[in-house]
Amino acid sequence: MDTFASTNSTSQRELIESVVIRFAGDSGDGMQLTGSQFSDTTALMGNDLSTLPDFPAEIRAPAGTTFGVSGFQVHFAAHDIMTPGDAPDVLVAMNPAALKVNLRDLKPGGLLVVNTGAFTAGNLKKAGYDKNPLEDSSLDGYRLLKIDITKHTLQSVESFGLGNKEAVRAKNMWTLGLMMWMFGRERESTAEWLRGKFAKNPNIAEANIAALNAGHVYGETAEMPQGIHAYEVPKARLQEGHYRNVTGNEATAWGLLTGGKLAGLELVLGSYPITPASTILHTLSNLRAYGITTFQAEDEIAAVCAAIGASYAGSLGITTTSGPGLALKTEAIGLAVSTELPLVVVDVQRGGPSTGLPTKTEQSDLLFAVYGRNGDCPLVVLAASTPGDCFTMAVEAVRLATKYMTPVILLTDGFLANSAEPWKIPDINSFEPFPVKHRTDPAGFHPFLRDPQTLARNWAIPGTPGLEHRIGGLEKNYDSGNISYDPDNHHKMVKVRAAKVAGVADDIPLQKIDQGDDSGDLLVVGWGSTYGAISSAVLGARKAGLKVSHAHIRYMHPMPKNLGEVLKRFKHVLVPEMNNGMLVKLLRSDYLVDARGLNKIAGQPFKIAEIEAEIRGLLASS
Amino acid sequence: MTPLDPPNPPLTRKDFTSDQEVRWCPGCGDYAILAAVQRMLPELGVRRENTVFISGIGCSSRFPYYMNTYGFHTIHGRAPAIATGLKLANPQLDVWLITGDGDGLSIGGNHLIHVLRRNLNLQIILFNNRIYGLTKGQYSPTSLLGKRSPSSPMGSVDNPIAPAAFALGCGARFVARGIDTDAKNLIATLKRAHEFQGTGFVEVFQNCPVFNDGAFDHFTAKDVAAQQQLHLEHGKPMRFGDNKGLRLRPGSLDIEVVTVGEDGVTEADLLVHDETNRSQAFLLANLDPPTFPVAVGVLFRSDENLVPFEVGMHEQNKQARARGLGDLNALMRKGHTWKVDADPSADPAG
Repeated sequence: MDTFASTNSTSQRELIESVVIRFAGDSGDGMQLTGSQFSDTTALMGNDLSTLPDFPAEIRAPAGTTFGVSGFQVHFAAHDIMTPGDAPDVLVAMNPAALKVNLRDLKPGGLLVVNTGAFTAGNLKKAGYDKNPLEDSSLDGYRLLKIDITKHTLQSVESFGLGNKEAVRAKNMWTLGLMMWMFGRERESTAEWLRGKFAKNPNIAEANIAALNAGHVYGETAEMPQGIHAYEVPKARLQEGHYRNVTGNEATAWGLLTGGKLAGLELVLGSYPITPASTILHTLSNLRAYGITTFQAEDEIAAVCAAIGASYAGSLGITTTSGPGLALKTEAIGLAVSTELPLVVVDVQRGGPSTGLPTKTEQSDLLFAVYGRNGDCPLVVLAASTPGDCFTMAVEAVRLATKYMTPVILLTDGFLANSAEPWKIPDINSFEPFPVKHRTDPAGFHPFLRDPQTLARNWAIPGTPGLEHRIGGLEKNYDSGNISYDPDNHHKMVKVRAAKVAGVADDIPLQKIDQGDDSGDLLVVGWGSTYGAISSAVLGARKAGLKVSHAHIRYMHPMPKNLGEVLKRFKHVLVPEMNNGMLVKLLRSDYLVDARGLNKIAGQPFKIAEIEAEIRGLLASS
Repeated sequence: MTPLDPPNPPLTRKDFTSDQEVRWCPGCGDYAILAAVQRMLPELGVRRENTVFISGIGCSSRFPYYMNTYGFHTIHGRAPAIATGLKLANPQLDVWLITGDGDGLSIGGNHLIHVLRRNLNLQIILFNNRIYGLTKGQYSPTSLLGKRSPSSPMGSVDNPIAPAAFALGCGARFVARGIDTDAKNLIATLKRAHEFQGTGFVEVFQNCPVFNDGAFDHFTAKDVAAQQQLHLEHGKPMRFGDNKGLRLRPGSLDIEVVTVGEDGVTEADLLVHDETNRSQAFLLANLDPPTFPVAVGVLFRSDENLVPFEVGMHEQNKQARARGLGDLNALMRKGHTWKVDADPSADPAG
């Protein structure tokens, strides 16, 4: 991805295959908007792309400080890409703190765009610079483009009569305009978006559009330093179809609605605001027309309990949360396991333990999801591997929850939640429906009568004459559903609940090899949002002739029936995870394989190079 | 919601009695409350299949197992949250929430706050025995100061809560009280709670003969009941005992006990019960013997007609679906989308 080999031509656009840009500034500078607008436009222009928003937990940290720096990285290309890119080719630093925090990631020789207007003595001091890095030789290893963006922005919006604060705010749009010139992006969709966003204040909309255009014009007309010019990234060859950009949380919301439709059920979402899951609540609250009732509960416990109450009533109860919320919900999830009611729990994982890193990504709830309840308390655990896969796995969660009368935990994470990728929009008519039948026949009824195939109990709901019954968290008699403290009965019930969940393995796809041969020297096994990084790393290693394959697990519990056999066809198994070793423990204990972990617990996704280096090292030393 | 037709033929107490053996201690006040509810339901003309009892954890929360209706014995303190989901999913259901002083006011206090302020259309019966029974006798949030128990051997220094005052403070719109052994008035009060469109909160003083026997004898025992109980009736002066009554102490917002016929006090001086007066209800909820009688019956009934939460939510659903259920395929194709053609020659890449 060394895409910035300089040419002498400044008049013509240089064709490049891919580029990684990082926009960085104060959390109040609008970097997330800038980045997402650039991404939307890029998607519309037919490139493949992947994004990585990275923002602090504070809504507005003190201006100019390093801990208030917000970043948005976008990787786009003329070919298939799967990660937001290891290191930026271009860094846009809106102030000294943004430079300080992000410079170490910029590729050697990369393009550095700085807003000199923000390099004041005060800001330099706040960022911890003794002297101005723009004025010494410390940036000599980069191609530096120094522009007083603040001044240019103020000039561009002068005629709109804005206050100074509002005028300065438009500098993100000026910067976006410049970058759109540099990479040949069209501005129209952003202009349209601004007009919508500021519909009540057209003057502000037009001022921002003027700033956007001014940044673009600056690129076209200003004399650029040697080695800095415009580029073209041709369209990627995507599979035929209708596309949009989608984030994991949007895809999850739509997947849940689609699952509800395929099941023929109304949905009830009980949720309590928590980062990074809240946008699922927001999205679904806007979609009540699509068969869902959304309820913002008083706390995480009430949220899951309301979902359970809704499932008891015959709707499908859903709750969405992140790690600390899942911790609070565990007792209630146990109730749903014991009463064998369907329930979908979405856990958008974030850095832990405790409050941890609320806005950063991690995969450290896996063992908690699989085992974290009192008693022998099995349930189904799924994990989505890309933003688009959140849709598919949310549909799966609904299917398995209703078919097996069990809670299902769907694990996503902060990276998937916020990161966007082009997504081929599915046609929901192409999905096989899985209609739910509530029991109505009183003949021979008791609440824990089971389907002999799936072991799921029958779902009889209040309002049905002749099926009046009581359920609860106390142990139930296998043959009547009444309370039972009988020792043998408890043993039998624990076994039957376990067998029911284990039986889900017969109803899910076999584990496939995502890339590479069916056997070889090394299998890299991943789960969740590491998909892109592992896939790209394995591709690199295979190009270098290494006998490496990649398998990505989406069904975490129960796991696919053939997984043990797949693992044993390889000499080595490597498990990269954004935690201190969780899937690797499951694989070692369930399959007695000598799997090794590669752990990154930095609140940031893996870089491709980190995994590729481990693959090479492991194979070199074996 | 349109009420369902009453069952035909009418049901009897037996129809509401499940086949499960009741497992409370002999002499427990819960038996009397169970009997009162089983007697009352046929009189309400409700259908068994439409009736749901939801409980938390504790002695009283075993209640649903003994009712031949739908029932859900949930987890400690969370019954209001489960009931909220149930009503959101099916507002037609007639839901009774069974809780206790520990379940509802301690571990589940948060949920009780919110179900009351949201005014879901359901009934809450809070069995107050001022003790933790099922865990063997620890003091509860309604135990009186100085209560000696296994976890407070030197006497409790934990200031108790008054459930009715708590409910009023949460914005409850129907707050009433009954006594386990006074079936006639308890049934009448529960019927009023059922009739109310919103959350009907009823605190029942319930004797625990094993761990807190006689906790309410000072106002429930036969020989003192008339002197120590004020039976509230809307529009009637507040009289009790032998010519006793309540009035506002002139020039204050405090209640005092007076005797009609003494010191020139006539019945016209007494407070007249106004169920719709929340401030008065607060005063009544905090009256304690021996200075004051205990107020029983309907302390407060709001006449503001606040739309129950689940009804409001369903109205919004209806609004959102005015033009039918949304089309998911169309939803996902809204906004910025683009098409990629099958023909690779149409693609300028590379």
